[in-house]
Amino acid sequence: MIQALQELGHQIEAKRPECVLSWDIAHDELNIDVKPSNIAGLVEFLRTDRACKFSTLVDITAVDYPERSKRFDVVYHLLSMYQNQRIRLRVAVREEDMLPSIVDVHPSANWFEREVFDMFGILFTGHPDLRRLLTDYGFRGHPLRKDFPTTGYTEVRYDEAQKRVVYEPVKLVQEYRQFDFMSPWEGAEYILPGDEKEGAK
Amino acid sequence: MMDGSKGFEDAQTGEQKIRNFNINFGPQHPAAHGVLRLVLELDGEIVERCDPHIGLLHRGTEKLMESRTYLQNLPYFDRLDYVAPMNQEHAWCLAIEKLCGVEVPRRASLIRVLYSEIGRILNHLLNVTTQAMDVGALTPPLWGFEEREKLMIFYERACGARLHAAYFRPGGVHQDLPDDLLDDIDLWAMEFPKVMDDIDGLLTENRIFKQRNCDIGVVTEEEIQQYGFSGVMVRGSGLAWDLRRAQPYECYDEFDFQIPVGKNGDCYDRYLCRMEEMRQSLSIIRQAIQKLREATGDVIARGKLSPPKRGDMKTSMESLIHHFKLYTEGFHVPAGEVYAAVEAPKGEFGVYLVADGTNKPYRAKLRAPGFPHLQAMDHVAKGHQLADVAAIIGTMDIVFGEIDR
Repeated sequence: MIQALQELGHQIEAKRPECVLSWDIAHDELNIDVKPSNIAGLVEFLRTDRACKFSTLVDITAVDYPERSKRFDVVYHLLSMYQNQRIRLRVAVREEDMLPSIVDVHPSANWFEREVFDMFGILFTGHPDLRRLLTDYGFRGHPLRKDFPTTGYTEVRYDEAQKRVVYEPVKLVQEYRQFDFMSPWEGAEYILPGDEKEGAK
Repeated sequence: MMDGSKGFEDAQTGEQKIRNFNINFGPQHPAAHGVLRLVLELDGEIVERCDPHIGLLHRGTEKLMESRTYLQNLPYFDRLDYVAPMNQEHAWCLAIEKLCGVEVPRRASLIRVLYSEIGRILNHLLNVTTQAMDVGALTPPLWGFEEREKLMIFYERACGARLHAAYFRPGGVHQDLPDDLLDDIDLWAMEFPKVMDDIDGLLTENRIFKQRNCDIGVVTEEEIQQYGFSGVMVRGSGLAWDLRRAQPYECYDEFDFQIPVGKNGDCYDRYLCRMEEMRQSLSIIRQAIQKLREATGDVIARGKLSPPKRGDMKTSMESLIHHFKLYTEGFHVPAGEVYAAVEAPKGEFGVYLVADGTNKPYRAKLRAPGFPHLQAMDHVAKGHQLADVAAIIGTMDIVFGEIDR
């Protein structure tokens, strides 16, 4: 299994050296880091190449790492029903970057890209219909970004006087329960309350 | 001339003659299987364009999961595809086990297979019978739900809940099955083929049912690849693709079962596939019971992921501390990313998990099989009659819990 993946990795790197930045195998899965501009070409190559035949797009999603300069990892999962293989493509993009859409290669990318746009605010060039997908009509912000609060910014209720649904800023009656599980006993980088005065002396 | 030789054209304005009709289907339509809103553009009774608006049941599961521990996240999976809850939990457990490298005890593995297959029958019973209701048959859902009730009682006897089970846990299953439960499931498995035959007799050769389903929503092999289909949507078109066989997880490789495939890829073939899959699941259930009678032992891998035994907690301080830490702080999962998929009744249900070494997932993406299916609605429904839209939604097995997440 791992041998087959390794062969596949070498093969793809040899055939498409300009697309592949690096590749590795972790947990029996093949990961390939791809240049943002070349993603559509590589996906097309993977779909048509006889040895790959990654003809099914399983998923597109993104992961937010706010501390990195290239903030987002857009992740593509592909499956080959013919070779019985899976592959994961990772593309690192900046917040302001646009990514080429792969709708022309895989029509199923349509909604996946819409969802990534909705949740992370990553724009895809060449997408035929880049609207929000899951959030409310007229929603603002991109909920799966790490700097978006879990509670959101607005709440809705039906107003009996106005006879319609009204949007209001979120009012929390108690603090949102984000517990700190870092433990000083397990070597956490942790400044205990009061210890911050230590350095000032 | 007023003798009618001009027809009635003069009574129509120019706009009426050329304008297509736009209608809203749902979100409160009984055939929409939940909260689906379709904006349909109709030319007469023919669907020209179909734009599904989803997200009316969006609960932000993926966002919520980022602020909860791995164990606290488990029950969210019951609420995705609420028709077959344990199959989703399975994917989550597999993802965590893959990252942690935990070996599941054999008995737990068999129980998981048993309940995954019960989940498959639960799902197909609901889907087949409600799809029949969408095309006009009222009796099948009544008969099907009677069996679902019995199956949900088996759920209840294993874990205490009929729907929101939270039974599969990372490392195994929560509790061992009570002694007489296996006998009762076995007894039910003896009687169930009779019910299958009854439903079969109502639908399979039914003239109306065939008229409404044959050659409706035909999906070819190429469309399957283009639109990312999985599960019965693939097998109905003749591709024998089943993750249980192709990429075996748990202990499916030691079970003997067939993968039914259709020929024409229409709604009727998919119905036949689902019926046959139920029979195959039934055979897996019987085999699992047989194996479970011999496989005794623990049902959860005792270690960091799972609570200590009750008895140990009374005598050992370390066990008590472990129990307390497990249910407050939770366990830490080593950093890494992993994709784990199961053959859920609706297709490939996958979890993409990014762990950063803490007690909470950094990012978890839930890949629902219904999502790409519904996406292809515009493509599949185009050119069909309005009434066929209901049949196609039914055959795609749309459940909004998993699509909207």
